Amino acid sequence: MSGFFKSSIGRKVAMALSAFFLMFFLIIHLAVNITSLFSVELFNQLSHFMGTNPLVQLALQPVLIFGVVFHFVMGFILEIKNRKAIGISYAKNNGAANSTWISRNMIYSGLVILAFLVLHFIDFWFPEMKLKYIEGDMTGVIAGTQEFRYFEELQHKFLSPIRVGAYVLAFIFLALHLLHGFTSAFQSMGSTAGRKKALQTFGKIYAYAIPLGFIIIAVWHHFNHL
Amino acid sequence: MNLTLKIWRQKDSNAKGQMVDYKVNDISEHMSFLEMMDVLNEQLINSGEEPVAFDHDCREGICGMCSMYINGEAHGPDRGVTTCQLHMRMFKDGDTITIEPFRAKAFPVIKDLVVDRTAFERIQQAGGYISVNTSGNTQDANAIPISKHAADEAMDAATCIGCGACVATCKNSSAMLFVGAKVSQYALLPQGQIEAADRVRNMVAQMDAEGFGNCTNTGACEVECPKGISLDNIARMNRELMKANLK
Amino acid sequence: MSVLNSKVPKGPIKDKWTTYKDKINLVNPANKRHIDIIVVGTGLAGGSAAATLAELGYNVKAFCYQDSPRRAHSIAAQGGINAAKNYQGDGDSTYRLFYDTVKGGDYRSREANVYRLAEVSANIIDQCVAQGVPFARDYGGLLDNRSFGGVLVSRTFYAKGQTGQQLLLGAYSAMNRQIARGKIQMYNRHEMLDVVKVDGKARGIIARDLITGKIERHSAHAVVIASGGYGNVYFLSTNAMGSNATAAWKIHKKGAFFANPCYTQIHPTCIPRSGDYQSKLTLMSESLRNDGRIWVPKNMDDVMAIREGRKKPTDLSEDERDYYLERRYPAFGNLVPRDVASRAAKERCDAGYGVNATGEAVYLDFASAIERYGKEQAKLNHIENPTKEKITELGEGIIEAKYGNLFQMYEKIVDENPYKTPMMIYPATHYTMGGVWVDYNLMTTVDGLYCIGEANFSDHGANRLGASALMQGLADGYFVLPYTIGDYLSNDIRTGPISTETKEFEDAEKEVTDRINFFMNNNGTKSVDYFHKRLGKVMWDKVGMARNEKGLKEAMAEIKQIREEFWKDVKVPGNANEMNPELEKAGRVADFLELGELFAKDALIRNESCGGHFREESVELEGEQKGEAKRNDKDFAFVSAWEYKGEPADAVLHKEELEFKDIELKQRSYK
Repeated sequence: MSGFFKSSIGRKVAMALSAFFLMFFLIIHLAVNITSLFSVELFNQLSHFMGTNPLVQLALQPVLIFGVVFHFVMGFILEIKNRKAIGISYAKNNGAANSTWISRNMIYSGLVILAFLVLHFIDFWFPEMKLKYIEGDMTGVIAGTQEFRYFEELQHKFLSPIRVGAYVLAFIFLALHLLHGFTSAFQSMGSTAGRKKALQTFGKIYAYAIPLGFIIIAVWHHFNHL
Repeated sequence: MNLTLKIWRQKDSNAKGQMVDYKVNDISEHMSFLEMMDVLNEQLINSGEEPVAFDHDCREGICGMCSMYINGEAHGPDRGVTTCQLHMRMFKDGDTITIEPFRAKAFPVIKDLVVDRTAFERIQQAGGYISVNTSGNTQDANAIPISKHAADEAMDAATCIGCGACVATCKNSSAMLFVGAKVSQYALLPQGQIEAADRVRNMVAQMDAEGFGNCTNTGACEVECPKGISLDNIARMNRELMKANLK
Repeated sequence: MSVLNSKVPKGPIKDKWTTYKDKINLVNPANKRHIDIIVVGTGLAGGSAAATLAELGYNVKAFCYQDSPRRAHSIAAQGGINAAKNYQGDGDSTYRLFYDTVKGGDYRSREANVYRLAEVSANIIDQCVAQGVPFARDYGGLLDNRSFGGVLVSRTFYAKGQTGQQLLLGAYSAMNRQIARGKIQMYNRHEMLDVVKVDGKARGIIARDLITGKIERHSAHAVVIASGGYGNVYFLSTNAMGSNATAAWKIHKKGAFFANPCYTQIHPTCIPRSGDYQSKLTLMSESLRNDGRIWVPKNMDDVMAIREGRKKPTDLSEDERDYYLERRYPAFGNLVPRDVASRAAKERCDAGYGVNATGEAVYLDFASAIERYGKEQAKLNHIENPTKEKITELGEGIIEAKYGNLFQMYEKIVDENPYKTPMMIYPATHYTMGGVWVDYNLMTTVDGLYCIGEANFSDHGANRLGASALMQGLADGYFVLPYTIGDYLSNDIRTGPISTETKEFEDAEKEVTDRINFFMNNNGTKSVDYFHKRLGKVMWDKVGMARNEKGLKEAMAEIKQIREEFWKDVKVPGNANEMNPELEKAGRVADFLELGELFAKDALIRNESCGGHFREESVELEGEQKGEAKRNDKDFAFVSAWEYKGEPADAVLHKEELEFKDIELKQRSYK
């Protein structure tokens, strides 16, 4: 079985498996965040649960991080291998005649998403980790008050129009990445379902809906602050 | 019509190649693309230059020998045809046509537009067969009924002509459409079941060893394939390999 | 007594092969691995032979000029493969297939060989199915059959319109298995340029590596030639561009007799030539004649109007059309055999009724079939009073299902929609029944030198039936040669490896190198194609579908003339020690220029009309058959086998008299 994941197809399968996992995570992430649009309380409670539950923090979080890192690293490895397989490139290549720009440039949409993730980690994840595990503050409340800090922090982050702009741009690239990635993952897993009309439509809806949700959240908080 | 041709010239596998411009005049729109190349070569021979070497044989789209990358597409702008079936009516007077060999690390150029596709041979040798000796005493052909659906689907996969357009088109130089088609043909037939696991494992291993890239499901190969081999065959190969490894 | 010994075993025809197989000498498995066999050509015959010989344990070296065995021109066969399986229960049998083949060949083939072919035909299908060849099946999961011209049963197995491809890929897969085991050493992009004889036996070949230009010596205990036919002697044919007669011609020059070169099949349904630049012709499957009606305009005015684009064929009413096959052959109509249909098209075009710019095209019209199928479908679908449009639509659907890929191919080439306007077709050289003379063992007149498939002459007589070429190639390669060669090789078990460091190899190599050097240093002014096209024109005009004494004599002189000019003035660019397609062509055309003359000579001495060979001097003068081909069994029931003596014109004729013990000789009638 270890031989399998060393083969080209095994690596595709691994890419697809991590992709499915990440696509599932996106749904959870969006579901939690979307509550911030209509219920501060619910959002805070869910955030606190996710941020302090040992199962989530100590079991699921490392798996997620591994998934993200794996998807990126494998993506790069495959890209490098694929570039090596080409040899001399064509003087004239009309890729648009036979495939979509998105499908040919997953590495670039992926890189934009990676850059976004760095920003996102600096914005949220690193401060969280520092506060909870270095400073040991697991209360989740604003210092000196009884109120949860999560909603407050969220709104604070989206004050900056530059950051909001960067987020929106990254989500557009996420949409592009998902537009090809969703159905592609099925194909890699050996299923032709991704080539059927129904799943293609569903994939499109998914690829637009998830990033759009995040965009709405970012923009909404930007304009509805104070 | 009068045309400008930009053609890749390379003396042999060790030489460095380059694009060279040529002019051809009075090309009839009823000519096939290769007949236009014949005109160019006749012109070159008469003027004491070396003709352009290119692979071709049957000139009716079935042998899989011809292999040109024309204006950025394998077998040129028409669909469902090989280079030899492409006709000049697809072009206009005054056009500039770029002609390159099929490119891939695993398909080194031998000369000009001729490439070495023996990597495909070695993949087939790794398992693209059913182990049955010629005895004349195999069971009667009708002793194994095969559903019409499976037979037709196997036939569709088997129509691959091994030209390599899939590899040439793929941005990753992946050979998975070619290998997937062969794996599928046998996977769909009861005769192929006995060796199915070894076949797919060995063929994929050889494909990887030859240095072909990985499939990223852009679907370009399916579009450019002159025989319309379906991308479903790649999915089937992926499935077959997973099955083989779960055993 | 002729020097030719066909070695046909004694006994009743139906037992000959079985009894013979039981009695021939075999080579013990341990000894086979000490024996080498060279196979030149990897089409259906060569590929299947190489695979089977390797399975048996011999060391096989296989050669092909393409970059893979899979590209051999067998791959282009469309229609199907015959086998006397009688799956349809329509009374088919080995005897009936045997009978049809001998009759179809106009009684000019060797009975015993044909019977054996019919006998092993059923095994071929079994073997191919076991290999995973995806033959067409019916809804019950069993193999489907279609029927083909000239026979009364349904015995043709097929894989869509790509039967040759699928069978070749089957043989190729069997080869691949042996290549992987190391039992076949495959030499792609290699061309055989001579055979080497040691003590009168074939012991090796000289080959050129087409990538590096290196001349190589290869030795073996036996050499098998499976290099296909020589149709490209006409320049334009349905053969592949690289198809050539060099291997066959080189062995002829080293002592193998060449038989019946004048038997050529001109296939009636090919896409016509569109101009002088044309490089090859494309066949449209014979099956189209099942539904298409062939015609030309009745009036010369209409012919001119069509050529000048003033009228379209669809403008002509029924009375203005001449359905000449239906007129001349009311019984068989559009389904007369290939040779008859071809000659009839030529007759009309020679009379000036050709419908395209070159004057060499007739119509193949599907309008009535579309209407007929459309009405049938309307009835089946319970459509009351269907409109004309609806009928056409339904009818076109059926035609598409039957011939869709052919119609698409036609449209790509001609740029006309054959559903809406009739197809244009014209005959083209397709297959050569003649070839290297072989005995019952498929051995040539040189010991240890075998010839199989289209390259030999043995099974099709003067005309080949549809779907029989694939059958013969695979029969020879899978089931006949692997047995008969053992009988010869059983004497070679103590020979040991054959050295290539001998005078014979040295001489042969020198001959090859000298010729290549000649081409490279000739500094002529004309390209190889220039001469090839000229040869082709003489062949087509004077040794084509209809031949006469005067034309044949002229052809011989003209070909000789072209040959002399060729050697003086041919220009080969580039170098010898690199890939050089012009050099390859030069060698092949040099051989065609000799073969063409022998071809004409053979046609000249055969003063009768039989099968694909039509002599204008030999026609029925009266009665119902007036104007039709007339065979002369009294004087010409023989195989002409030519012995090389230097110039083709000096070749010596040897006759193998044909005996027909199991079939009565009859005049073919399609009236």
